[in-house]
Amino acid sequence: MTGWLDALIQGVLLGGLYALFAAGLSLMFGVMRLVNLAHGDLIVLAAFAILLVATNLGLDPFVAVLVAVPILFVIGFALQHVLLNRTLGRDLLPPLLVTFGLSIIIQNGLLQLFSADSQRLRSGAIETASIPLGGGIAVGVVPLLTLLSAIAVIVLLNFIFYRTPIGRAFRATSDDLEVAQLMGVDHRRIFAVAMGLAFVVIAIAALYLGLRANFDPTIGPARLLYAFEAVIIGGLGSFWGTLAGGIVLGLAQTIGARIDPEWQILAGHLAFLAVLVVRPRGLFPRAQD
Amino acid sequence: MDDAAARPVQTFRIETAGGASRIAASIALLIVLVLALLPMFAGRTLIQDLIFLFYMLALAQCWNLLAGYAGLISVGQQAFVGLGGYLLFALTLIGGLNPLLAIPIAGVVSALFALPTALIVFRLRGAYFAIGTWVVAEVYRLVFAQIKPLGGGTGTSLTPTITSSVPGIEWVKTLLDLRTPAARDIVSYWVALALVVATLAAVYFILRSRRGLALGAIRDHEAAAAGLGVDIYRIKLAVYVATAAMTGMIGALIYLQKARISPDAAFSVLDWTAYVIFIVVIGGIGTMEGPVVGAIIFYLMQRYLADFGAYYLILLGTLGILVMLFAPKGLWGLVAERHGLTLFPTRRRLVIEADKRVQLNP
Repeated sequence: MTGWLDALIQGVLLGGLYALFAAGLSLMFGVMRLVNLAHGDLIVLAAFAILLVATNLGLDPFVAVLVAVPILFVIGFALQHVLLNRTLGRDLLPPLLVTFGLSIIIQNGLLQLFSADSQRLRSGAIETASIPLGGGIAVGVVPLLTLLSAIAVIVLLNFIFYRTPIGRAFRATSDDLEVAQLMGVDHRRIFAVAMGLAFVVIAIAALYLGLRANFDPTIGPARLLYAFEAVIIGGLGSFWGTLAGGIVLGLAQTIGARIDPEWQILAGHLAFLAVLVVRPRGLFPRAQD
Repeated sequence: MDDAAARPVQTFRIETAGGASRIAASIALLIVLVLALLPMFAGRTLIQDLIFLFYMLALAQCWNLLAGYAGLISVGQQAFVGLGGYLLFALTLIGGLNPLLAIPIAGVVSALFALPTALIVFRLRGAYFAIGTWVVAEVYRLVFAQIKPLGGGTGTSLTPTITSSVPGIEWVKTLLDLRTPAARDIVSYWVALALVVATLAAVYFILRSRRGLALGAIRDHEAAAAGLGVDIYRIKLAVYVATAAMTGMIGALIYLQKARISPDAAFSVLDWTAYVIFIVVIGGIGTMEGPVVGAIIFYLMQRYLADFGAYYLILLGTLGILVMLFAPKGLWGLVAERHGLTLFPTRRRLVIEADKRVQLNP
């Protein structure tokens, strides 16, 4: 019994990580209707950026991420402004193909720079610290921080979207691009800012990815699939839905792993397909695609 | 109404084949003939290279039909390559069938798998469909990794008895005085040639048919096509299932040639989808000529640059992005636009008879 309870708690905490993966994807889709096939690889890229800052400056990953965030914001801004803005339009193929190409470039670039070795972000005692809940169940501090960070990111994103001028511009371009342009919104700059913001979320996701487990240049595509599944399970257009989607996915994976360790990933995918069959618009749909 | 009689009768006809394409058809026939006889003179490496070129071209034609015409941008076609490969192994290793018989069965079974798969992934639109197909391919990979009789996660090999049991190997051996492995390559080469010609012919006749006209309409403007009465869902479903069958057969052939299968290789997104997408996009999406051009370019790059490993893939990714941004119709599109050239005449052109065209608005 405690085994199952433990699986449920770990599943919810794992869901926090998936919600962090998904929040960036959800943000890109929400503002510029961009489905980014390189999302997972960008998370891995950010993890390597944090690793680089942490090892070269001798910083703790939690501090290193603060150094990496402005750099990643600028990279995201530039990526959108120089490359991705050119791909947006009625045709679906250009954004898909360009981000797919980007995914291959990032994977192989990282492979060339950092080799295929597994890496990890080291943060001393906090990595293994846990809080006992009684009854033989304990929660790790890092997984707990992951979930709390996911909630904080979502609260912050909702604040930006619904309480600030830039958030109003985000929503306006998302609702009706032409009318927003008529009202004097420079959508190219708005999109670039949104991508910069998405890169900040990616940096936070990358921090916890690197603290919780090993990573190497090839693991990006799987993270993209988890992020995507969380977004679709939760329903498009709602950040809280994305959190719920992440938790459903995390639960499915830990429950699957509890039955047979080899079924962890498969169970998550099957849960996603089941939601697609039963509720094709997700659990908490908001946007029309 | 009486002025209707005075109105000049306007005659027009629908033209498909142009002069260039008629010449191209004869040349194509000649090329197929030369390719069929090639094993008589060519070395073994060239034969193996051409097998690779043929199946990449066949996969590219399938993906082009799917994405270029039906607008179904799939990143999960590796699901059917792997499925076809595994079906070949299951049918021959466990079922004891002859490999040549197993290939068409793999095609049929792939179509049967594609139908329920489509019913799920078709719930996702556009770009979401793309990632949805990828998830499905991962499900296929993880499920096949669980099947212990087929080697589980590490995979399995075909026995030499099975790989040599393809009809014709003995005949080639005595005819050309070769060892079994070389003779096996030649027979695989012929099967691959037959499959690529069959794929080209199938895609060509689909596009020339009534359904093909509907597909072209969907490619050009989906909403307008729907408005004109094209049943979009049914046509897309038919294309998805048909390409799955073809892709499954190609997968079976690929793994008959490789004689060794593992889930990670058989369901590899890079090998069976990324490369294929780059072939189609670099060559020119939405035309039959594009994938042919793309496959030849890809083959040359693979031949001469693959040793650079990661740099080669970075180059390929960059090339794909540049073509998409600056020449979205691909290299063939650049040529065709300038010279109005078509080798596979699938476009219908309205030709209004020149002498009677004087009075368009009487």
